[in-house]
Amino acid sequence: MSDAVLSSAPAIDLEAGRARRRHLLSRVVIYGLLTVFALIYLIPLWVVFFNSFRPLPEISANGLIAFPLSFRLDAWPQAWSEFCIGGQCNGMQRYFWNSVMMVVPATIISTAMGAVAGYVLSKWRFKGSEIVFGMMLLGVFMPGQIALLPWAFVLGQLGLSNSVYGLILVHCIQGLSFTTLFCRNYFIGIPDDLVKAARIDGAGFWRIFYKIILPISPPILIVTVIWQFTGIWNEYLFGVVLNSGANQPITAALVALSMSGTTVRTYDVMSAAVLIGALPPLLVYFFGGKYFVRGLTQGAIK
Amino acid sequence: MASLTVRNLRKNFGAVEVLKGVDIEAQTGEFIALVGPSGCGKSTLLAMIAGLESVTSGEIWIGDRMVNSVAPKDRDIAMVFQSYALYPTMTVRENMAFGMESRGIPKAQQAETIARVAALLQIEPLLARKPGQLSGGQRQRVAMGRALVRDPALFLFDEPLSNLDAKLRVDMRTEIKKLHQRVGKTTVYVTHDQVEAMTLASRIAVMHQGQVQQFDEPDAVYNRPANIFVAGFMGSPSMNFIQAEITTDNGKPVVTFPLAGGGTASLPLFNGAAERATNRKVVLGIRPEHLSRQSSATAAKPGMATMTAPVEVVEPTGAETMAVLRFGDREVVGRFSPDDAPKTGENMPLAVDMSRACLFDPTTEKRI
Repeated sequence: MSDAVLSSAPAIDLEAGRARRRHLLSRVVIYGLLTVFALIYLIPLWVVFFNSFRPLPEISANGLIAFPLSFRLDAWPQAWSEFCIGGQCNGMQRYFWNSVMMVVPATIISTAMGAVAGYVLSKWRFKGSEIVFGMMLLGVFMPGQIALLPWAFVLGQLGLSNSVYGLILVHCIQGLSFTTLFCRNYFIGIPDDLVKAARIDGAGFWRIFYKIILPISPPILIVTVIWQFTGIWNEYLFGVVLNSGANQPITAALVALSMSGTTVRTYDVMSAAVLIGALPPLLVYFFGGKYFVRGLTQGAIK
Repeated sequence: MASLTVRNLRKNFGAVEVLKGVDIEAQTGEFIALVGPSGCGKSTLLAMIAGLESVTSGEIWIGDRMVNSVAPKDRDIAMVFQSYALYPTMTVRENMAFGMESRGIPKAQQAETIARVAALLQIEPLLARKPGQLSGGQRQRVAMGRALVRDPALFLFDEPLSNLDAKLRVDMRTEIKKLHQRVGKTTVYVTHDQVEAMTLASRIAVMHQGQVQQFDEPDAVYNRPANIFVAGFMGSPSMNFIQAEITTDNGKPVVTFPLAGGGTASLPLFNGAAERATNRKVVLGIRPEHLSRQSSATAAKPGMATMTAPVEVVEPTGAETMAVLRFGDREVVGRFSPDDAPKTGENMPLAVDMSRACLFDPTTEKRI
């Protein structure tokens, strides 16, 4: 006696067909929703992108959100070197370089300090190290705006008001909590036995850092650099409050730009200027994005 | 002059006393094993000898120097870790050279030392590889190579074979023993495996709860254990402990305990144990291999006693047969040759080697 009977007719598996249709339907729903959300997110970017290539008369005629009918590159060089902001007519380039001069040193210094601090807190635990770490962690959760007035005061005392060096100092300190947190959590995954073996081998504090810890660090250093770069570049509040005029970073300049233009709103130049300001973080995302995700999820040693 | 002397060493972590007055010493060229269950303090003791942990009180002497406050790198020691702790981003050669570079030894001498040690351990083909490309046994040998390159006064091993599979562990154990015979350096070897301790060491320190229970040669630790803990820890399957009483039978001292199904076993005592006992109640310790089937051979041997016991479980391993028998209200494990193997359910006539049996005081747990 058999438990299963084969029918003589060609087998039509109804259940498999139903399962396939259900599967297809759920796929359609998921992709549909994802497409809708992606469009909602990307359409503003596309509008700005297209508007930077449309001549102003066309924008005025057809409106901001319309398909481009002609192509013009003039807006870009105008935005870069000719546009007038706050009384000066040198375009965005000055502010762009302000931001670059602020972001690059601040990123490098805060990453380096975070790496050393994370190294100390994870591998050379001392009495009270957990309390120190807790206090540094406060910086991660504390809103930056709280420190605005104290910073203005401190920079004034140090003679660094309204200069790029002042902003570098501010961003180094503000970013230190994050970089220390990232690095410490990563280094905790490095076995302590490695440090013990190195100590017995005769290596001191710095030799262990350079020869053993740093070579394993690239994943988390990339995370820190990307995080700091995009965070400091996009930062607006400190830039606009602590600096003024020609010393401001590009974020502050963009806002000033949108408020000038006494007669006609030059949407094409404004769009180009916005894109110039957004370009570095976008590039960082395109080239470093996957390393960022990988670094966050990777452990130190397998 | 002893290579290593540890005097009355104590260690507290906050309020917890982890080492409670440890005294150990190792002569030059000796192989000392620190063995004990997890949490007994053996790894802490090793870390303190290495200088990785501070000393709460007591002294550590390496050679003729007291090294309590000397940094690990200046103690003239080398250590092999349980996880090998090979530097993952460096090649094997760089791993072995790291210590020498830290101390500024010229490159030519470095190359020569590495070549010599690599030949000794047969890791020459591995020198250009990174640790991630090595198998467990190869990593082990590289870790030992890194230690050998230092040519120290003292070798420290922290459970180096624990991460290997069983077969490889046996092979590497023999290699370590051969290495010690060739190189002849004083070695302190921490393990939780008493077989490793017995096979490798010239002296064993059995530790429990921060104290050294016994520090003696393997033969003494195995056959003349100082207390119930050492007796039960060394040997696998472990010694059987039976609550018993000392009485006399025709003027000869015997130890008695109840048997299954009524009746008492009465086993004569030897070695003057009965005279030293202060109490009538004792704990009788019999190792599984001291039980065998009664035969003409056993009857002729001096020091043998006879009794019977029912067999409950039989476990043949091929080379020998383990059996669980019932002595009174407790189970006892015996190790028998496969030719005389007990059968499940039989009331087996046993020969007990009483010349090797141990008596322990039930309150102090020390051997009488």
